[in-house]
Amino acid sequence: MAEQLLEVNDLKVQFATEDGIVQAVSGISFKLEKGKVLGIVGESGSGKSVTAMTLMGLTRGVNARFEGEVLYKGTDLLKVSDKELQDYRGNELGMIFQDPMTSLNPVYRIGEQIAEAIRAHEKVDKRTARSRAIELLRQVGIPNPENRVDDFPHQFSGGMRQRAMIAMALSCNPSILIADEPTTALDVTIQAQIVDLVSRLKDDFDSAVVFITHDLGVIAEIADEIIVMYAGRVVERGSKRDIFYDPQMPYTWGLLGSIPRLDRPRAERLHTIEGMPPSLINLPEGCKFRPRCPHAFEKCMQEPELENRVEAPGHLDRCWLDVEYKRSRRDETITGGTVEAA
Amino acid sequence: MTALEQTNGSNGTPLLEVRHVKKYFPIKKGVMQREVARVHAVDDVSFTVREGETLGLVGESGCGKSTLGRTVVRLLEPTDGEIIFQGTPIQRLGTRRLRPLRREMQMVFQDPYASLNPRKRVGTIVSDPMRIHGLGSRADQKRRVGEILETVGLSPEHYNRFPHEFSGGQRQRIGIARALALRPKLIVADEPVSALDVSIQSQMLNLLDDLQRELQLTYIFVAHDLGVVRHVSDRIAVMYLGKIVELSPAEELYTRPIMPYTEALLSAVPIPDPDLAEKRERIVLEGDVPSPINPPSGCRFHPRCRYATDVCRQTEPPLVDYGNSHFAACHHPLNVDQETLQRAGVAEEHSSAEADGTALPQDA
Repeated sequence: MAEQLLEVNDLKVQFATEDGIVQAVSGISFKLEKGKVLGIVGESGSGKSVTAMTLMGLTRGVNARFEGEVLYKGTDLLKVSDKELQDYRGNELGMIFQDPMTSLNPVYRIGEQIAEAIRAHEKVDKRTARSRAIELLRQVGIPNPENRVDDFPHQFSGGMRQRAMIAMALSCNPSILIADEPTTALDVTIQAQIVDLVSRLKDDFDSAVVFITHDLGVIAEIADEIIVMYAGRVVERGSKRDIFYDPQMPYTWGLLGSIPRLDRPRAERLHTIEGMPPSLINLPEGCKFRPRCPHAFEKCMQEPELENRVEAPGHLDRCWLDVEYKRSRRDETITGGTVEAA
Repeated sequence: MTALEQTNGSNGTPLLEVRHVKKYFPIKKGVMQREVARVHAVDDVSFTVREGETLGLVGESGCGKSTLGRTVVRLLEPTDGEIIFQGTPIQRLGTRRLRPLRREMQMVFQDPYASLNPRKRVGTIVSDPMRIHGLGSRADQKRRVGEILETVGLSPEHYNRFPHEFSGGQRQRIGIARALALRPKLIVADEPVSALDVSIQSQMLNLLDDLQRELQLTYIFVAHDLGVVRHVSDRIAVMYLGKIVELSPAEELYTRPIMPYTEALLSAVPIPDPDLAEKRERIVLEGDVPSPINPPSGCRFHPRCRYATDVCRQTEPPLVDYGNSHFAACHHPLNVDQETLQRAGVAEEHSSAEADGTALPQDA
């Protein structure tokens, strides 16, 4: 078995706001091994970004409350002081953000920003840091890095900025790379380049990746294990094959059915998940997906635990429905019946 | 429904004709604001939109698809070319003569947060177009707003609310309601679903579909998501650096792309099926879209094209008809048999290119 890098146990994150307590993350657990890619999917407000930022200690604040554990090689990152956390950020865990336009400082040169990250963690002189920055830019596929290192962010295109962000995240050889919607702001052709880059760098740098996205297509390409989040909870978890070929949660079916797909005949109508995601201040009773679930019944007034209900051992879900019933009914949602028609 | 009419090509009278439209943005420098260069955002584009159909415009960011969408409804002034709406050339019409035509063409914008005035109530936002065009009395307008709000899946009680009280999907519905207020014929939707979550996105696509059927609308649908565009469109135009490089019936574009750029674009779309994703050959395009200030010579796609030869660097390929209203601009067309090539007249003009073309690997 590969080396286990990260273990998250029953992580809960709450924020106190004027309107009430926002239960952003309510009990998420996972393990991450070296060389693996964990995909987290969900819609806006499902808690996926808060989870990522909490791993990096970026959600700390006077109004935030944490429960559970985030164990990085045995150390609970929730318990270490802000100062100690600095040694982990960048060194051990690197992060790529969604928007490459706003996450680089527009008034500093790209190279300076990468060198700054290196010098924050290692005692090296400016010249060494600069040549490391050039090397990193080369590794992430920036052409002509010797010259481009002195460019400002506005001289880079969106894809190149995201590459520069990745270079910065990798500057201190982190063991874990956390990518929060790294391709969402990019065109498909550039997205394909970045996805390839992340999986190649994962091997080159011998690290693990937490890849957060709302795009199931991207997840299908990059992830080994997948977590589906809804209303701050994990509603389904399993290997990539489990989630795509034996999905157990009606929410997962809904997500799979909502995307217009190029690999299938054009659907007359798309499946829709009725209604909207619930407010995280006022969560519905029982199963959080119940108000939008077409299969809900009386038992759904109690929230199901995240449990293994199928043959595959690592495949967990939160749904009371009978497995056989689900297997017979889910295709209506996922393919809209086009497969039967064909 | 519309797709059928389209393939028959019978009762589709042109609602909008765009002929050789160009839109250049000047880049000015210095005290004298001298023009030093031009951004060739839309460069000689022609197409027709038939009544009741949906024309999809796809391409990467910066290809000019939004500029084109805005130019055809005269939100931007075209630098050159003709825009003929219902038989009237509108490219040079003044404000007053344009106003009655504006009722017939409306826009839905991408960002449901930025496109609604936060200080106005929903009722005002939706009734403003009617007030501006002097349609009906106050009471009529109010009743009509209630109707439209219901049509787009909101409730008439939302009349007095402010935009911030709504979610992204609901705001986009308000944007659509505003566009419908004047009972337009043509709606230009500029990335109307790209800011929304997938589950909300599918609600919106179904809504647009229903509205088209009920109100006999014609859409120009600008989007970068090829899955979404395929779902809504009857015909699709692929743009690259200000040019239409391929124009085809929707399904055919996906099964038989002729332009290598289209092929690459399609292969880059991630497929939510792990086995298929693994089997599929992906053409990763190197580099970024070149600058539209100094577009490459010849075929604008040649620096990123894996089939490019000398002819591509020197001569710009014309948009050629390959039959079945499928047009493409390429010296090395893919998925085309010898017979079609000859009929299209490409074979004689570029005999060297034709030889290469047949030797190309065909996509399964």
